Amino acid sequence: MIKTDILIIGAGPTGLFAVFEAGLLQLKCHLIDALPQAGGQCSEIYPKKPIYDIPGFPEVLAGDLVGNLMEQIRPFQPGFTLGERAETIEKLEDGSFIVTTNKGTKHHAPVVAIAGGLGSFEPRKPLLKNLTDYEDKGIAYIIKDPEIYRDKRVVIAGGGDSALDWSIFLSDVASEVTLVHRRNEFRGALDSVEKVQRLKNKGKINLITPAEIVGLNGEKRLESVLVRKTTNGNEDILLAVDSFIPLFGLSPKLGPIGEWGLEIEKNAIKVDNTLDYQTNIPGIYAIGDVNTYPGKLKLILCGFHEATLMCQSAYKRIYPDKKYVMKYTTVGGVTGFDGSKKEAPKAVVKTIE
Amino acid sequence: MSDIKIKITDREGVLHEVDAPTDMNMNLMEVVRSYELAPEGTIGVCGGMAMCASCQCYVKSDHALPEKSDDEDAMLAEAFYVEDNSRLGCQIHMTEDLNGLEVELAPES
Repeated sequence: MIKTDILIIGAGPTGLFAVFEAGLLQLKCHLIDALPQAGGQCSEIYPKKPIYDIPGFPEVLAGDLVGNLMEQIRPFQPGFTLGERAETIEKLEDGSFIVTTNKGTKHHAPVVAIAGGLGSFEPRKPLLKNLTDYEDKGIAYIIKDPEIYRDKRVVIAGGGDSALDWSIFLSDVASEVTLVHRRNEFRGALDSVEKVQRLKNKGKINLITPAEIVGLNGEKRLESVLVRKTTNGNEDILLAVDSFIPLFGLSPKLGPIGEWGLEIEKNAIKVDNTLDYQTNIPGIYAIGDVNTYPGKLKLILCGFHEATLMCQSAYKRIYPDKKYVMKYTTVGGVTGFDGSKKEAPKAVVKTIE
Repeated sequence: MSDIKIKITDREGVLHEVDAPTDMNMNLMEVVRSYELAPEGTIGVCGGMAMCASCQCYVKSDHALPEKSDDEDAMLAEAFYVEDNSRLGCQIHMTEDLNGLEVELAPES
């Protein structure tokens, strides 16, 4: 059981900044995220795109913003449960919560802050009618352990970076790699496109474009896929394979959080914006893009503000009897849980003779 | 600059005739959101970067639309329910030339 003061669901910019504000109040945080890395949308969807409305940053790349936030919160030693989705929540008699992930990891905290953005990112599945019959029986949407493809015949579908990168990687592992894409053009990094070209020329990747996988066959598990050339319907190819990996990107879904008894409006969680962004369940807060209230704007800078007020409220909830007033970092400095201390340099007092 | 009329068929098949401003730097996805013709969270997920295809629509009228950018073209190559007249709403900016535009929202995926 992982124990912490504030359990943050979602490691996007809002969730990450909450760690800093909590740290100033000596509260420890642990973050859960369905993605394998921190940063949320900023890392997953647009790491190389600029943002122009972060106060004090005329321009910052989304990926760099995440890097900076990670650096800023490092002294507060946040814990991370990555690659797991928060599945269930249980309220204990003392008012604290136990949140369990889809992999069974349990987290215990007196305060839960949902900073879930648009939801957890789920793989986008192609529209094939018997697709679910073969899930985990030859079809996977995420590659966890490439070794399971050793000496196997693999077909990958998609035209983005992950389709290219995994085709390249698996060309050294699998006995046969086929890449199927609806266009001749790929939109990955130029370097990856060129690598696939070289591997295709060497016969290490079998490239079928423009084409689509339109059928799945197999008795107990996947045995073959039907590949249709989109230029000419008469050229269907029945391709014998052990594995099919559709890589069509990820799309966010609110998911299990929608079943936690929270008041939901417009795919977002209703919160009290006049006070502390608490939900209808005391002790559960929602901050950033995942919440809604009159006048809500889904902006990173608004998420930062919401995270800050949430932490103040969480502190009062955890320590109802402690006296506290907010202190400027310039005055109080930043004392990390790792023993580090940052503070404004003292003014030099020296006589001018 | 004045408003233009646009006909939008939502995902339930209901036709809406709406006024879209041409002076607010708005795109079709944002017009749909401003009239709440699709639930929040199901359209414009990436915010308009041509990176999610949640605003895919079918263009029914024969308006001359701007060419697809490489980003839009690549995204449509990976999206589902794509037809020859598919476009990403976020890449269609509201201009006076588009008065009378007719579109249908593609299914959510």
